[in-house]
Amino acid sequence: MSTIRNRLLLIVFLVLWTGWSLRPRDVVVATADDGTDSTETQWGIKLGLDLQGGMHLAVEIDQSGGPVSNPEDALNRAETVIRSRIDEFGVAEPLIQKMGTERIIIELPGVRDRDRAKEIVERSAFLEFRITDMQEQFASALPSIDAALARAGISASVQGSEGAEAGGSALQQLLGSTDDSLSEQGADSVSAQAQTEPSGEVETSGSVFSQFLAGGSMQGQFFVREVDQATVEGLIATPEFQRALPRGIQMFWGDAELTPGSALIPLYALEGRPIITGDQLSDAQAQLDQLYNSAVVNFTLTRAGGRIFARETAENVNNFMAIVLDGKVKGQPPVIRSQIRRNGQIELGNASIQDAQDLALILRAGALPAPIVIVEERTVGASLGEDSIRQGMNAGIFAVVSVVAIVLLYYRVSGILAVIGLGFYVLFTLGGLASFGATLTLPGLAGFVLSLGLAVDANVLIFERIREELKQNRSPRLAVERGYQHAMPAIVDGNVTTMITAAFLFQFGTGPVKGFAVTLIIGIVASLLSAVFITKTFFLVWLQRRNAATEFSI
Amino acid sequence: MFRFFDEASYDFLGMKKKAFVIAFAFMVPGLLFFLVRPVNLSIEFTGGTFAEVRSSDPNITTEDVRNALNAVGLGGAEISLFGAETEFAIRARLESSEEGAEETTQQTADAIERALTDSFGQDVVEIVRTEAIGPKVGGELRQKALLAILLGFLAIFIYLSMRMEWRFAIAAVAATIHDILSSWALVSYLNIEVSLAVATALLFIVGYSVNDTIVTFDRVRENLHRFKRNDLYQLLNKSINETLPRTVLTSGTTIVATLALVFLGGEVLRGFALVMTFGVITGTFSSIFIASPLLHTVEQRWPGRDVHGVKAMADGTTVVRTGGAEG
Repeated sequence: MSTIRNRLLLIVFLVLWTGWSLRPRDVVVATADDGTDSTETQWGIKLGLDLQGGMHLAVEIDQSGGPVSNPEDALNRAETVIRSRIDEFGVAEPLIQKMGTERIIIELPGVRDRDRAKEIVERSAFLEFRITDMQEQFASALPSIDAALARAGISASVQGSEGAEAGGSALQQLLGSTDDSLSEQGADSVSAQAQTEPSGEVETSGSVFSQFLAGGSMQGQFFVREVDQATVEGLIATPEFQRALPRGIQMFWGDAELTPGSALIPLYALEGRPIITGDQLSDAQAQLDQLYNSAVVNFTLTRAGGRIFARETAENVNNFMAIVLDGKVKGQPPVIRSQIRRNGQIELGNASIQDAQDLALILRAGALPAPIVIVEERTVGASLGEDSIRQGMNAGIFAVVSVVAIVLLYYRVSGILAVIGLGFYVLFTLGGLASFGATLTLPGLAGFVLSLGLAVDANVLIFERIREELKQNRSPRLAVERGYQHAMPAIVDGNVTTMITAAFLFQFGTGPVKGFAVTLIIGIVASLLSAVFITKTFFLVWLQRRNAATEFSI
Repeated sequence: MFRFFDEASYDFLGMKKKAFVIAFAFMVPGLLFFLVRPVNLSIEFTGGTFAEVRSSDPNITTEDVRNALNAVGLGGAEISLFGAETEFAIRARLESSEEGAEETTQQTADAIERALTDSFGQDVVEIVRTEAIGPKVGGELRQKALLAILLGFLAIFIYLSMRMEWRFAIAAVAATIHDILSSWALVSYLNIEVSLAVATALLFIVGYSVNDTIVTFDRVRENLHRFKRNDLYQLLNKSINETLPRTVLTSGTTIVATLALVFLGGEVLRGFALVMTFGVITGTFSSIFIASPLLHTVEQRWPGRDVHGVKAMADGTTVVRTGGAEG
């Protein structure tokens, strides 16, 4: 009795677990240029690009114009660049993944604009060093910015997502412009007033913009809550803001990685004029400083770059210098200790060597272009994906109904057990896909439909055995016991061969075929679980309830 | 109690000749036909450009699409209906002279998109799917698909040899080779486009067919413990007949599922579903009519010893050398 109870408890647990992993939830399906998210209630299963629509790209380093000196480093640089542009794709769950040593896979759900995606991928990286707003001109101008926005009737509330009013491509306006007219102006055209840094708690009605900001750890650094980022982006893009912004100052976003877990995004006010750009950089390497056991990045400039940098750094000793890649500030801006000529060193304190290597990669990415060629491109329209899902579901429903009919017709009452087993199979397979975060592709969906027919096989093997045992006049209890026992070798052999097939498909398959293999593997486990464990439990329960051997129908 | 093939006692081994004739009559012409009409590889394997187009105007024909593409110099592209009168598939395979030109396929995709929207209007035609596969990726996919099928096959053979006596393994593998070859023959007869999905189906058939054969052979193995090996002919027939209800039932439910895919699963999956359906049929056929008769033939040529007699089975049954029954 207790074994049956334990079995039933385990079944209840499995059902709850799969049910939980399958629960519908709101998923951000796309982020528009203006920062508004469109959400959709989805099942817990991640859909492949061929089912939800989107774009798949495979890129390599272009060596058609002659071999690239260090292809592996070039690929790493390309990956860094593409990753840092991840926001520009405007999709919620982009995937950027290195495959082996020569290819990068980019998956962009929902993207249909081939030209734009290609432009983003193929554009070469742009690196620049900019001094932060040391005079706190931006902080001083905040009251007038707030006032200007308020005068224009613009309001925004802290948790709101009113970024929609900003319109257009705020991101581009904010991050993309490098040839600004502001940069020609002197840095001291606006009188700097001593002022306390605005903090996030400011709630006065006039602080349209400053209410979103919290002070950072240096001049020109602020933090914005992640939920407010779209709103702030929208406000920055307004003409009123741009007019009220002190001349010679530009706003830049930083990386969220700087403040992990806190949901804060750094926002920087930087000098409009870069002190040097990536083309003047010739190399950057991470090193471990043996003496202090701290990670450093050593960088080398070109001869001409060294002259410029020497002049600029002499003027900016003790100032903070932001490293800006493709319009985004990378890491914490280091302070300039002394004049730097051709060779500089960035100290990362007690950061790991990995962080140093990442920064060196960012510098190299901006210094040495990594020419990229797209070797594979697939797009699937959302409408086609929807059709595929609908057709797959129809086929699945038809298959389930027919299989249920056949099994019930053939096995009668025991057939109900097989049908229950099939129900659990469906639940476990879908739940397995959801809880392991596996992606359901079109071949995967087809494989699932196919497996609906195959899944009853284990039960059929067992039931046939039980029938044979019954024919030899064994008691139902013994027949069930022996039936399971004797059917096992064939079930195990059959599933192992299928597992081998699936493993090879997984190993050699790409995208959709991998999805098929994953569905197959999860399906095998689910099938064994439901046919061998669950239906046996129900057999046991059943045999316990009715002691009459005569009524056993199989 | 309803049971088909209950107490069946067909002489399957007696049908060996007929079965082999049927098998060869199906396989050989199909495979020979490949000499006349080569395998229709999808652009995933050859490299090239594919576009699936939907039009909302039922008057647009493949001829119109061809004219539109001709106008931009894409006359070489293959145009066919894709499941419906208003859906077209456009395939432009890479010529060997274009090898190395990784960007060509994307330019072709751009050109197709532009040509169609320009001639029919953006709101009339919709490009619902495009694939631009460079020659390098195409070659790799070809290689990987082949490797997956060959290595998968090898792994299954090794597993079978470990689980069973080599005679059984050989018979099972030969039956599986039959299934692969006749699936290829089907691909040839129907000129099915061999895509990644179809290649997947071909490997899956290997797994399914072996699975089917294993069930019968497991029964043979079991019966060998109860009966003498020199009655192998009867023993094999008995084993097939005993597992016949299961074979028929499982094949039945599986075919129902693959047929559901053929008729309801949509055009993208049709080739895959057709090959799968056929695979289930041929897998069932071969495990009944090919695998066991072959095992019998192998046994006659290289007789094994039975459990009661002399030699142990590969699964580790004790050897008792008391002389006696051989083949």
